[in-house]
Amino acid sequence: MAWTRNDMAARAAKELRDGFYVNLGIGIPTLVANYIPAGVSVTLQSENGMLGMGPFPYEGEADPDLINAGKQTITELPASCYFSSADSFAMIRGGHINLSILGGMQVAENGDLANWMVPGKMVKGMGGAMDLVAGVKRVVVVMEHTEKSGAPKLLKRCSLPLTGAGVVDLLITDLAVFEIGGGAVRLTELATGATLDEVKAKTEAEFAVAL
Amino acid sequence: MADKVRKAAADALKGVLFDGMTIMAGGFGLCGIPENLIAAIRDAGTKNLTVVSNNCGIDDFGLGILLAGGQIKKMISSYVGENKLFAELYLSGKLELEFNPQGTLAERIRAGGAGIPAFFTKTGVGTLVAEGKEVREFDGELYVMERGLKADLSIVKAWKGDAEGNLIYRKTARNFNPMMATAGAVTVAEVEELVPVGSLDKDEIHTPGIFVDRIFQGAEFEKRIEQLTVRPRAEKMGAEKELV
Repeated sequence: MAWTRNDMAARAAKELRDGFYVNLGIGIPTLVANYIPAGVSVTLQSENGMLGMGPFPYEGEADPDLINAGKQTITELPASCYFSSADSFAMIRGGHINLSILGGMQVAENGDLANWMVPGKMVKGMGGAMDLVAGVKRVVVVMEHTEKSGAPKLLKRCSLPLTGAGVVDLLITDLAVFEIGGGAVRLTELATGATLDEVKAKTEAEFAVAL
Repeated sequence: MADKVRKAAADALKGVLFDGMTIMAGGFGLCGIPENLIAAIRDAGTKNLTVVSNNCGIDDFGLGILLAGGQIKKMISSYVGENKLFAELYLSGKLELEFNPQGTLAERIRAGGAGIPAFFTKTGVGTLVAEGKEVREFDGELYVMERGLKADLSIVKAWKGDAEGNLIYRKTARNFNPMMATAGAVTVAEVEELVPVGSLDKDEIHTPGIFVDRIFQGAEFEKRIEQLTVRPRAEKMGAEKELV
């Protein structure tokens, strides 16, 4: 039994600190908003032009002019504000956002991240991911530990085109948590039910064990 | 003063469309898109367009309707994943595509409108995006040079506007519209409400009228929602903590 998607989101939420401005990617990262720890107040940024993202609207109250970066209808909060895409990425590229939590396809032991393109298949585009990983102070990646085929995703070198080079600070998978930095990877936590042997068997990257 | 006000989209585009032109179109997904102007460009049948827009609509709405008629030669976008027709045309070689990171796209347009021919950004260093571009070190970090971007025509959508061309956007429908308004050789704005000059709060104008050449009140706005996500009403009395 490894961590579920919700367990992974809950673990990622422990990276939130009171007062942080945070950008959450699509998928599991979006679920992090459900696990914001008590006593911690964060402001969620949506890169299409909003600070202070609120919850989904009640039925019948959706506003077509108010969406998040996943194009889902959302609501505003009393403290929310709106701005242009240029201002939004000034926040992101300029280092004003404290934490970016996003999904991944591959992570390498040097902190490289690939999450936007699989050559030969339809390419959807990087959206704001390249700007986020280049500009945000701390980058947390949440992803399944292996492909559906069982192939490892924490690698010596990414084989897919990169989203950013040397950008990942923390990796949370369904099996473990890894700190990445200075060209090295440290295993710091095992998921409930996961064993070190299992993690070693399913990981290509070299890592130190610091449990 | 030049009269900027036009009756409708077709009227507002009179004399500015030509085959092979570059058009910037505001919007993020289907939010804040100039839907009346896009429909008018479809009706005009202008071809071989290079379109700069964050996304390319969906199959039957937004910029997707220009794809359907084969009017677009090339897209410059950050994400096009919501459009099946786009995938077909691209994979069969009928459509060129240039991906820009979203923030780089926004800044290229801002720079283009502000008279800045190029700038350096950290975004994309060490990736495909930086290939063939100058990379330079500043203060110990690597940055890639990106070019400012301009267009023959910018089409933008605002909530309210006046005869001077002053615009106010609403909520996240602002997105790329303000920068695009600055970067078009001609900028045409469609607004939900054309209000009398003097009635907009002068401190709250997002796009000053100098950037807008023509303006009209859209005949109708469908404002289609791409991903309707709601909470059931029963939650209203409690469970406020659940966000998604």
